[in-house]
Amino acid sequence: MTPGFHFADPKRGKALADAIRILAPVEPFKIVHVCGTHEVAITRNGLRRFLPETVDLLEGPGCPVCVTPARDIDTAIAMAKAGATLCTFGDMIRVPGSEQSLDSARSEGADIRTVLSAADAVEIARNESIEVVFFAVGFETTAPMTAAVLLDDPPPNFSVLVSHKVIPPAMAALLDLPDNRIGAYLAPGHVSTIIGVEAYADWLTERKLPIVIGGFEPLDLLYAVALILRQHRDGTPKVENAYPRAVANEGNPAAQHLIAEVFEIADVGWRGVGTIPSSGLQLRDAYAHFHAGPRFTLDLPEEAGEIPGCRCPDVLTARAVPSDCPLFGTRCTPLSPVGPCMVGTEGACSIWFRYGGRESL
Amino acid sequence: MCLAAPARILSIDDNIATVDYGGVETKARLDTLTEDVAPGDYLLIHTGFAIRRLSAEDAEETLKLFDELAAAVAAEEASREAEESPS
Amino acid sequence: MEQLLERLILPRFAGKDAARIDLAALDDGATIPIPADKEGELVLTTDSHIVKPVFFPGGDIGRLAAAGTINDLAVMGARPIALTLAAIIEEGFSFSDLGRILDSFAEVLEEVGATVLCGDTKVMPGGDIDGIALNTAGVGIARRAVSDAEFAPGDRVLVTGTIGDHGMALLAAREEFNLETELQSDVAAIWPMLEPIVESGAIRAMKDPTRGGLAAALNEMARKSSTCLELEEWTIPIREPVHGLSELLGISPLEVANEGKAVLVVSAGEAEHVLDVLKRHPLGAEAALVGTVTDEHPGRVILATQVGGRRFLDMPLGDPVPRIC
Repeated sequence: MTPGFHFADPKRGKALADAIRILAPVEPFKIVHVCGTHEVAITRNGLRRFLPETVDLLEGPGCPVCVTPARDIDTAIAMAKAGATLCTFGDMIRVPGSEQSLDSARSEGADIRTVLSAADAVEIARNESIEVVFFAVGFETTAPMTAAVLLDDPPPNFSVLVSHKVIPPAMAALLDLPDNRIGAYLAPGHVSTIIGVEAYADWLTERKLPIVIGGFEPLDLLYAVALILRQHRDGTPKVENAYPRAVANEGNPAAQHLIAEVFEIADVGWRGVGTIPSSGLQLRDAYAHFHAGPRFTLDLPEEAGEIPGCRCPDVLTARAVPSDCPLFGTRCTPLSPVGPCMVGTEGACSIWFRYGGRESL
Repeated sequence: MCLAAPARILSIDDNIATVDYGGVETKARLDTLTEDVAPGDYLLIHTGFAIRRLSAEDAEETLKLFDELAAAVAAEEASREAEESPS
Repeated sequence: MEQLLERLILPRFAGKDAARIDLAALDDGATIPIPADKEGELVLTTDSHIVKPVFFPGGDIGRLAAAGTINDLAVMGARPIALTLAAIIEEGFSFSDLGRILDSFAEVLEEVGATVLCGDTKVMPGGDIDGIALNTAGVGIARRAVSDAEFAPGDRVLVTGTIGDHGMALLAAREEFNLETELQSDVAAIWPMLEPIVESGAIRAMKDPTRGGLAAALNEMARKSSTCLELEEWTIPIREPVHGLSELLGISPLEVANEGKAVLVVSAGEAEHVLDVLKRHPLGAEAALVGTVTDEHPGRVILATQVGGRRFLDMPLGDPVPRIC
């Protein structure tokens, strides 16, 4: 890896572990994070081992792949079947829509391609005379890229299916749910690189709970947890930046301007959660001609309903853990996922299933 | 959200940087970046676009933060224990 | 058909074996003599190979097929004697590409002193198969074949070199990713490296970590032996560019294929010695001790992480895909 930016030495790990132990609350305390990459970093590094007995660290609706509505996936598949070359990020490929996933549609012959970047999708449109649709999924970290390519004079055979969401409204919405018992937020690192520290104040400061922006290296996360516990011990809840090398107070203005130029805020649905006001992005009128929808006659399947017994809504809102769900590990597994928490490889249920969940090691 | 890995800038051509991830070279767009950058700088890159400039000093500062917090908490604990223990 | 045999197959493979009825005889089958002392076990294996791109950094489908089958025999502790080679080829496939592929196949056989004794070619109409597929079966002979599961708590786990090279090199080679790297596949026949240790009898179990990578191989070994394999993350040798690709794509080096490596389990007393012997061979230069067998969580694999954490190393599910979150 790029030398110098891997923060994982065990000596510092122990020092921060000691700090966490000293700061351990007496009463149960729940920290919620909203980032699939955070969950991967926590699980793959075995960091829950460092948490005191009283502290729980749970994933909320932070996996954009998991919370992309089934309807959006159905639409993407329908576009591909109507002749589009559908370009998508790799982690969307196996997420089931109402009837099938992009991967299964691809194996039936639909032209569905994995790209690492929105720019790659535009390249395909420039090089081939086919109708290319980019499935624009992701939070504020990913939305500026979609905006950038739309402002960069894309060819006429390029369009977008927008499914971008913004995170702070979801964080606020969770706090409004009964029984949320959220003690603190570990805020998403790279979303914060874009939106800055101040963005959380708008939504959350009056709620009076610790909000600490965390990075992704093992030591970054231990540091962020320690800061949360210190705020909690001292009764000084505030928005704190534990990832200053990547997050400025004002965030990334260039990226923010790109988003603001191309997109406007909209009420959108989050799979498994429902509609959250002002939590999504849609194209402004001036850019509406890039909207893929009108370019195709779509044959959409019947929309999938709620699955009886599936507790994804509670898991996604951090009010239940995966093992609380009756379908977990039996009817619902990573190879045959029922609900969104199991579909994305970074969903809470998927990770609990594959990494042994809360079994402490 | 979201996967973003740091890479070193090898060269810049207009709004595209050629970057190196420890032996893997690729390109990254700079349109989404606020700071000015030059070869030798590090970039945090997400889906092929730069979102933040990083420097070696940043890395050192980060380690200092970790060390300072650990030391501060340990020191507070030590003085709390000293107060509580019978003299 | 005669064309392929005359021009491509016989010139490369005929006359290299000691069979009484050999490849050159073009009979319906070929013979393998039974060893004079009638000691040991015959080991048989088979594999089909489809790889894209057919020519990749560090090798091609021919090298992959030959090494793959030789390595399956090698990790059973068997000296490779003979291979079969069946090719199913799409009409219009380049004759000279086919020649290159067969050259690669022959080169690998030369390295280990094995031969092709029989084979088959089929040409399918364009579009009915994508390019080329190879199937190989291999026959080897072992004093006593080595399984992948007969070990116990206290034994040590080794890998013969860097992990993740092949899988990552192939991902990097995918045109649509626009990545440039010197990283190559590690595809190689590992019998010459393993032979001295196999002879010594020090190996308790072996496996080649191909599809699903080291994680899959270790999980299978743990499950079959009902033991726990505990690894130390920081001891697993991984090349710099493999780390780089892992960060860039969000795919773990432990979950992608290796085509020139083996996982070994040896008794604690033999571990250092086996490591020394491995390191004397060019392919084993980066061999490392990576873990221990315990009974902590039978059937599972545990990873101690660099920062001081611990977690299960899971059996990978499905092909790895690049992720953004």
